[in-house]
Amino acid sequence: MNKWFKTGKPWIWLTAGAVSVSLIAVLGLLLLIGWRGLSFFWPAAIHEFQVTAADGSQRTLIGEVYDSEEIPVTRLEESGVFLENYEHLTVERYLVKIGNREFVPLDFTWVLETSISADQQPADLAVLERSKDGNFYGYVTDVLENGESVVDDPAQLRSLLFERIERAVALNEQATELEEGEINHINYQLNELRLERRSLELKGELDATAEQRIAEQQAALREQYREVEKHLFDFREQARRDAVVMRDMRGEQVRIPMYRVLDANFPNDMNVFEKTGHFFAQIGKFVSQDPREANTEGGVFPAIFGTVFMVLLMSIIVTPFGVIAAIYLHEYAKRNAVTKIIRIAVINLAGVPSIVYGVFGLGFFVYMVGGSLDQLFYPEALPSPTFGTPGVLWSALTLAILTLPVVIVSTEEGLSRIPSSVREGSLALGATKAETIWRIIVPMASPAIMTGLILAVARAAGEVAPLMLVGVVKSAPMLPVDGNFPYFHLDRKFMHLGFHIYDVGFQSPNVEAARPLVYATSFLLVTVIIGLNLTAIGVRNHLREKYRALEQ
Amino acid sequence: MASNSSKYLAANRSRLLKDRMARWGVTLGGSMVLIALLMIFFYLLYVVEPIFRSVKVEPLTDFAAPGQGQTLALGMEEQGEIGYRFDDQGLVTFFAVQDKPSQQRQAGQVLLQQQLLDAADITAFDATLPVNNRYVYAMSGGRALIVQPKFSVSFPNNERLIEPYVEVLNDGQPLLIDQQQRQLNQLVYEYDDATMQFAAVTAAGDLLLTRFNANEDFLTGAVTLEASYQQIPFNGVIDELEMTPDLRQLMVRRGERIHVYDVSSDGNVSERQLLISDNKAMGKITTVELLAGASSIIIGHDSGKISQWFQVASDEGRNYQFIRSFDSGNSAVKALVVEYYRRTFYSVAADGELNIFHTTSEADLYHQRPAGVAVQQAVIDPRANHLLALSDGRLHLFDVDNEHPEVTWSGLWHEVWYEGYPEPQYTWQSTSGSDDFEPKFSLVPISFGTIKAAAYAMLFAVPIGLAAAVYTAYFMSPSVRKAVKPTVEIMEALPTVILGFLAGLWLAPLVEQYLPGMMAVLVLVPLAIIATAFIWSRLPTHIRSKVSDGRAALLLMPIILLVGYFAFGMSPLIEDWLFDGNVRGYLTNELGITFDQRNSLVVGIAMGFAVIPTIFSIAEDAVFSVPKHLTQGSLALGATPWQTLTRVVLLTASPGIFSAIMMGLGRAVGETMIVLMATGNTPIMDWNIFEGMRTLSANIAVEMPESEVGSSHYRILFLAAFVLFIFTFIFNTAAEFVRQRLRDKYSSM
Repeated sequence: MNKWFKTGKPWIWLTAGAVSVSLIAVLGLLLLIGWRGLSFFWPAAIHEFQVTAADGSQRTLIGEVYDSEEIPVTRLEESGVFLENYEHLTVERYLVKIGNREFVPLDFTWVLETSISADQQPADLAVLERSKDGNFYGYVTDVLENGESVVDDPAQLRSLLFERIERAVALNEQATELEEGEINHINYQLNELRLERRSLELKGELDATAEQRIAEQQAALREQYREVEKHLFDFREQARRDAVVMRDMRGEQVRIPMYRVLDANFPNDMNVFEKTGHFFAQIGKFVSQDPREANTEGGVFPAIFGTVFMVLLMSIIVTPFGVIAAIYLHEYAKRNAVTKIIRIAVINLAGVPSIVYGVFGLGFFVYMVGGSLDQLFYPEALPSPTFGTPGVLWSALTLAILTLPVVIVSTEEGLSRIPSSVREGSLALGATKAETIWRIIVPMASPAIMTGLILAVARAAGEVAPLMLVGVVKSAPMLPVDGNFPYFHLDRKFMHLGFHIYDVGFQSPNVEAARPLVYATSFLLVTVIIGLNLTAIGVRNHLREKYRALEQ
Repeated sequence: MASNSSKYLAANRSRLLKDRMARWGVTLGGSMVLIALLMIFFYLLYVVEPIFRSVKVEPLTDFAAPGQGQTLALGMEEQGEIGYRFDDQGLVTFFAVQDKPSQQRQAGQVLLQQQLLDAADITAFDATLPVNNRYVYAMSGGRALIVQPKFSVSFPNNERLIEPYVEVLNDGQPLLIDQQQRQLNQLVYEYDDATMQFAAVTAAGDLLLTRFNANEDFLTGAVTLEASYQQIPFNGVIDELEMTPDLRQLMVRRGERIHVYDVSSDGNVSERQLLISDNKAMGKITTVELLAGASSIIIGHDSGKISQWFQVASDEGRNYQFIRSFDSGNSAVKALVVEYYRRTFYSVAADGELNIFHTTSEADLYHQRPAGVAVQQAVIDPRANHLLALSDGRLHLFDVDNEHPEVTWSGLWHEVWYEGYPEPQYTWQSTSGSDDFEPKFSLVPISFGTIKAAAYAMLFAVPIGLAAAVYTAYFMSPSVRKAVKPTVEIMEALPTVILGFLAGLWLAPLVEQYLPGMMAVLVLVPLAIIATAFIWSRLPTHIRSKVSDGRAALLLMPIILLVGYFAFGMSPLIEDWLFDGNVRGYLTNELGITFDQRNSLVVGIAMGFAVIPTIFSIAEDAVFSVPKHLTQGSLALGATPWQTLTRVVLLTASPGIFSAIMMGLGRAVGETMIVLMATGNTPIMDWNIFEGMRTLSANIAVEMPESEVGSSHYRILFLAAFVLFIFTFIFNTAAEFVRQRLRDKYSSM
């Protein structure tokens, strides 16, 4: 044994153990996020529990089993709960999501396994997705139109329900379209007119004709607004017509107006294929819908849009600078002190904590540059700032500096893999250095540039700390791109997937309810980032193979 | 032919020109990297620099003091345009202190003059604390007249126009302070929403306390004043009176003794404490003032020393205590002027010198006759930008540049005795709900938090990262290595917000619930690995040869998972067996260790995982690129692989390993999101692994969006960022130097 220790074998195995631990950590993390993120979309079975309380009273609980844990009996006893005729040391308890937020104090409740006297999954149990107060669990008993029942045959109940929901959803959609389209457009124009008036006033050019013109335009817009508003109210009125009656776990009949209902499901009555269909439908909704109820329900579309838009803007800024810097370092720079210092600067830019970039971006870009831009070009909007406030442009610029080293390092690696015979050949044929680089080297290095850019995008998509200072918000009412001229609004604030995770997971009023959504968002973000990284690695490996072949 | 060649030449010339321009452009673009780094450095410095600037007092205007007689009090409105003067002739005079040609105002021009009362009627005068902005004349017959200077601001022609007016309270009528209508020789006055409180000394030396409560009639809205009079028994000659603006304390000075009286909310008076100033050390008391916020008393002495006292909790309740003293020179302190909001005060010495101090930061800011003017009386405007000084019948206006008196280098890094605290300490508390609050900027607790977080992360990451790097580079078979290396490295790409979220919402409750299991894993996993190794070495060769040595890591994965599962499954049993079923209770009650759910252990693990790939990647490169002939030589001479590793490979690669650790440390120090989400962010100073911390970076992320641009708080947050920048700059540069030297060394081998 002692001799065996002396060979050093156990230590080698210990180092191997470190590798295993790292691998378990990485794979475990990815699996955890994947599992939790995806199971959010899978329709969970709805249970109907008969629960016996300590005093012998019975009650019914309807809901999804959300989580379960083993707890020691002793801890229960400390909190005053005693289990009779129970032998084991630990007992299992379930966290049940009972929804129906407006009727219960908490929409989550813990149930001890021992107190459950019956557990059923009736096929008639429905879950209603609502635009307010979260999910509703219960039995559908009736569908009303103007307060009158329209159900003649109980067999038609479901089809009637779906039909009416579809109608209400369509009407709601039309209303939202009006709000986000025409009404938004009119408001935007009104604001522009106000700014124009103020601008003329500041310049001292506001005469009677200009004032009258602006007043007329405003009046026309207001008239138009009234017109559109009438349509809007009309849609809302129509949507108010229907209602659904549900029997909840207290056994009471609850009437829910149809315009609040987004979707209805009978998960206990679904087979695997239906569940799969539902699963993908839910994913589709998640990526395409707006968030609801302080981000704890609904989709993440604005966050995806904001992230993608900011990252694209950043790519446009960072690529030329990164590529030029890499070309300088590899093709032009002499081996001297200056080059060495620049290399150290690159390493340091990569190593400076991201929050420092945020601080710099806030102070320099937002307050200094943005503040000056406002003074020069947007005096009419002052004192409310246009560019002198955090926004998507400043975020993109800040992240461009942050990701600059990524592009430089990757591009330079690509340049160094191009055999010098290619350069020499081009120069020997009479091309200037600039022509060689532009026509020969850069096209050959373009996959490497691509790799750098992909890595930069992956880094930027996951970065949150600096963005919290320079432009991200928990809820942006307007996207940075819309139908109002000039279509791209670089001064606007935006939503971001990473910040969404932080905000919903840690700042939301109902963390328990929001948690699955955070996992789903994390899964989305991780998928995108790992995907981008794998693509970059793939491109790089492909490139290496190609040049190895070229050199031989 | 000739034209042809000239065409070629021209084309070539333009090509050469393009070539040269490209060279310039690319060089410029390349140096942009350097410029960007320098810009960050200098911009941070540029924002931070003003907090260390010394005070500047520049003369603006001077003019003969308007009004008559002796000056009783001076004042200024907040824009520094208009000053006013109360004199002993019963006049209040408002005057412009700066030229403003657009409104036809010149410095010294009288804007409003009003006779408030007859000169002969005045027996005493007092001013409230500057924030309360009222002045009171004691009149013959035991009466008092309260005056408040006011300013109306309008914007005709888009220009600010400030006009003064006077409000005499109680509809211009004096209030009766002494029911017996005796003459009042001294008077002090303060007020709050519903109550006005006076303390006065009659000609006979009696001490009186008079309160007026305002009662509003619910129906008519008419306000009636309800007076209550009482006499406080006091023996001896009273030199000075002070009253706190919360009306709860009255201070009576008699020589070197200050009697502190408590006034209860219904007006009962009881003596609380007697302060005795040290005559020998400090000299005789010349004047007493309350500092802004009215928590501290500052006392001027004839030796030129100024002492600060405030209440400190002790066994006998909250008592005033001598805290610190300031030295304003050798000349006696004639007057003390306090600022409206900050803990800065100005002292006027008998020889005309002006001194500026800040109490909390113990900053000694200014000692001079400003522009040669011998100051007799002075007043500061509410924004503390302008100082009006009286000297030989002339008023001098000075521009005061004193933006950040509360920040000093020693205040940031040393223990500071804050108002109301029992002792000097390191505290970070930048904001609070109350106006009387004194911001506490000590970078020590948050720097400590940064180091603590980084230390626990490194404790976790260095062993695992390095061991994994060594095995991957040196023992692992190439085919496995090809898959393992990118897998570990992909972890570096994981957004830290996700790691932080998992640490805060998944790992923290898990650790709390399975704490014994967590600890068991730390012991059992290494044991299990060694046991596996031992069993493996005893297995018959034909089984061993099926799995090559380089695949041990894969073999161990299920074993570690099993052991981990076992340890967590055992956790409640261990808890029951060793800790009575409640580890948290055991820790708190038996060991006296505080336990937070989001603690350093969680941060250590989560941030450790963020740092492992950095360390792994660089160290693996360093070990892998150790020249093969060295290891092969060593093995050929009969050394075992482990001996070769420790004596040859690690020694050769040690600079690279050092560089890996430095890079890892740099990353751990600057990491924001994990710390922000996985700790409670309380700025405490304790190495306890079960408590959280607040780091520099998380502090910036939390407080930056709320700090006012240009304020001391804003600049200190920039300083925090600058400190982080410098920290990581040093780590990264050192690591890069070492790595470059190592690369040169390898290439020469």
